[in-house]
Amino acid sequence: MKPPRWLSALLSCFGDPNTLEEVQGDLLELYAYWVETVGERKARWRYGWSAIKLMRPLTRRKPSDYSSPFLLSPDMIRNYLKIALRNLAKNKAYSFINIGGLAVGMAVAILNGLWIYDELSFNTYHQNYDRIAQVTELGVTKEKRPYLQTSLPYPVATELKTSYSTYFKHILIAQQPSDYILASGDTKLTQKGQFIEAGAPEMLSLKMRSGTWAGLNDPHSVLLSVSAARALFGNTDPIDKFVKINTEMDAKVTGVFEDLPHNTAFHEIRFFAPFDLYTSVNTWVKQQQWDNWFLFVYAQIQPNTDYAQVSDRIKDIELNALRKLEGKQEQIDRKPQISLLPMSRWHLHGSYHADDRGPVQMVWLIGLIGVFVLLLACINFMNLSTARSEKRAKEVGIRKSVGSQRAQLVSQFFSESFLVVLLAFSLALLLTTLSLPWFNDIAAKQLSVPWANPYFWLASLGFTLLTGFVAGSYPALYLSSFQPVKVLKGVVRVGRFASVPRKVLVVIQFTVSVTLIISTSIVYRQLQHAKNRPIGYNRNGLLQIQKKTAEFSGKFDVLRTELKNTGAVVEVAESRSSVANITMWNGGFSRKGKEILCPNGCGTLSVTPEYGKTVGWEFMAGRDFDRGFSTDSSGLVVNESFAKMIGLKNPVGEALAWNPGWRNTKYFNVLGVVKDMVAMSPYEQTVPTVFFLENYHNWINIRINPAMSPAEALPKIEAVFKKIIPSAPFDYQFADQEYALKFAAEERIGKLAGVFAGLAIFISCLGLFGLASFMAEQRTKEIGVRKVLGASVLNLWGLLSKDFVLLVLIGFGIATPIAYYSLSDWLQNYQYRTEISWWIFAASGAGALAITLLTVSFQSIKAALVNPVKSLRSE
Amino acid sequence: MKRAFLGEFEEVVLLTVAVLDESAYGVTITQEIEQKTGRAVGFSTVHTTLQRLEEKGYLSSKMSGATAERGGRRKRFFAVTTAGRKALMEVKNIREQLWDALPPQTLQLMGG
Repeated sequence: MKPPRWLSALLSCFGDPNTLEEVQGDLLELYAYWVETVGERKARWRYGWSAIKLMRPLTRRKPSDYSSPFLLSPDMIRNYLKIALRNLAKNKAYSFINIGGLAVGMAVAILNGLWIYDELSFNTYHQNYDRIAQVTELGVTKEKRPYLQTSLPYPVATELKTSYSTYFKHILIAQQPSDYILASGDTKLTQKGQFIEAGAPEMLSLKMRSGTWAGLNDPHSVLLSVSAARALFGNTDPIDKFVKINTEMDAKVTGVFEDLPHNTAFHEIRFFAPFDLYTSVNTWVKQQQWDNWFLFVYAQIQPNTDYAQVSDRIKDIELNALRKLEGKQEQIDRKPQISLLPMSRWHLHGSYHADDRGPVQMVWLIGLIGVFVLLLACINFMNLSTARSEKRAKEVGIRKSVGSQRAQLVSQFFSESFLVVLLAFSLALLLTTLSLPWFNDIAAKQLSVPWANPYFWLASLGFTLLTGFVAGSYPALYLSSFQPVKVLKGVVRVGRFASVPRKVLVVIQFTVSVTLIISTSIVYRQLQHAKNRPIGYNRNGLLQIQKKTAEFSGKFDVLRTELKNTGAVVEVAESRSSVANITMWNGGFSRKGKEILCPNGCGTLSVTPEYGKTVGWEFMAGRDFDRGFSTDSSGLVVNESFAKMIGLKNPVGEALAWNPGWRNTKYFNVLGVVKDMVAMSPYEQTVPTVFFLENYHNWINIRINPAMSPAEALPKIEAVFKKIIPSAPFDYQFADQEYALKFAAEERIGKLAGVFAGLAIFISCLGLFGLASFMAEQRTKEIGVRKVLGASVLNLWGLLSKDFVLLVLIGFGIATPIAYYSLSDWLQNYQYRTEISWWIFAASGAGALAITLLTVSFQSIKAALVNPVKSLRSE
Repeated sequence: MKRAFLGEFEEVVLLTVAVLDESAYGVTITQEIEQKTGRAVGFSTVHTTLQRLEEKGYLSSKMSGATAERGGRRKRFFAVTTAGRKALMEVKNIREQLWDALPPQTLQLMGG
């Protein structure tokens, strides 16, 4: 008849030790009594209830014999500060490691915080942020992958306006933003702009410098951004001045708006012009039906509805229309649903592949890295403080014996840790400010420290307090628990397991650092792998010019002759798209009645005969186009991928039929096969592509004379363009630069990961350095005795280093699988990817080990070299 | 020094200790109060009250009398100190004065 044992155990753990004996006895006696009087179940219940109520925090504590001191006495606080500063000044190396490490960690956290804030506050510049949406089409691709597309057929907008206008405050149709030539007098500029309906300035709540939101009501008007207005008109007032857009549209400036900030979807837009102005020149737009997806539709919903409700009403308008038409089965199969994409989701959830979590993951990743780097710095702080507790133990003993209470000591250590964190925070702000331009550069952002924002300071304060608390809690609670008698007698009982938490923290540090190092190396490997991919043409000295206006048409032959006459140019050719892109996609190829399937469409690019010579493509079989053969107008040059799909060993000379759907079948002969040229993503398989001689050209490609430097050649080329097409500005691209842009995102991840990995290992090593020096200091006597007994320097070095090496190895062991799994996951995003080879892990491990040894050895060798006479003298 | 105030439950506990005389310890006190007053008192409440009374100096205690039933643990026997007796007397006096001051007809109405 015993009460439950766990309750008794609970009582003996948490009960007041002064009265424990009689309480336990009394309860046992009462239990027996209760069992007799009220039964066992109730007895248990009463016993348990009494035991719980008698646990120490719940019963009244015995008040101290001494009056409680005033904890915030200014004298004591002054004393704490003085002692803290003296301690910092006395141990300069530790102070540096603590403050410096913490500052770096905090700076990283601040930068990452700003980055995340920027990502999450995307588009919040607009006042109607939570009511604006873009009308999108959701559906499923042939490969059963959900897609989200923003280009819509024209009748969708008409349908929305006629049948659903009650839900919307604005429904605005727009062209996709693109580059246009703005001309005023002799000034000609290429600026990105958008043709959109008149409600746009109001919907986007543009901040007008002059003019009003009604500025787009007149079809011949234009709103310029401040920067565009300045570039076009200098300091003169732009209002009522005339601007020619693409040499064919005349507009009067009716307003100037402030440039939209970098974290808005419209930030690249330099001018808005009325949609009607565009259709007045491009009359085809309004005749478009359900088979051409080209239009953007923006909407602002009424205050009394929400996105889901409206989306639900409008979802079937496209499907219903397609069902009434013939031959649209393919589009119906994609189950197109019209839906509103809220403005808050544009930035992070607006990718074409609706299941692409990449941007959101990136935000998470950056946040996680920030937290981890800060954690590393906090770990340093905790480790060093606890490791050095012995140094402060005497102080704690004396303070306690002259009457300090535990609460006072706790507050002393917390105030010390807050002081250090505060110093680190100021340093971190300095570091952030200094590194921000550079960080913006790698992250492709325009972040700034929001000095005037109270929330920033509030967040910083919270963040400083939190760090101070996390970093200071362990030392504060641990150091203050010392018993003065023992401490002053010189017996600090450092148990066998006292250093375990410290070791665990070091392992965590190195797990994080090694994971980051491995990740960085693999990101770099993947980048290099893709960069080294053979691209199938010569991108050096290849100049490309887009034919933006009608002025270009019919002038190509003159241009070509004149350009070649300058001697700066070897060859000139026109093409449908730039070499870094494919802008014409078709299917419908067949050979002898058998269809050649293009799974995602084939690139069909029209070129002039010298295109191959200009870009420098490489033939595997057959021959290039030749102006001499008139039959080449029905010739095809195909790339390797396309040749594989034909399925013949030698497709040269084969006849192919091509019926793209928008014109009658035409027959072509394969003239040659060229090596695959990487036109789209360098991480994906090459698109099967055919080249043919027809006149759908948008680009002029110029091969600069290799004997001449681009700097010499450019003025000559420009002069020719200025002479022949004076109305267009001379805007050119170098193919190699365009190609390099394809790596921008990965390069950014690589650089960021590299920087963070570097900082992580730096902070970890700082901590290790501090710990090692402390260990060496603590074992001075032992080392002295060992030396006297004949230990060599090498012995001692091994003795002092092996503990740390073990910790790093454990960290490496944990990091390897984490890194492996997360990175093989990441690499799955790329079709053209590198292997994760074992040597990357080996190298990272060896690197981490080498750095550790280097850090630790400095201290251990220093300690091992000390003359034992010196270290043993004081005894 | 401010005279310590004796709460109602404290008074009951203190009186019970006086009643039980030599045999007053946690269990007996709890049981006695339960029987005499008929109200369910928790052991923990009695325990903390005893502690508080000792702190106030109304009770003294000594440890003795271990039994097997208690797992060999000693009991803490309580005794009322002089200060405790004085406090009890004071409370009693106040009560009596108040009763005496009661008008006779009211006393009759109350059935006294």
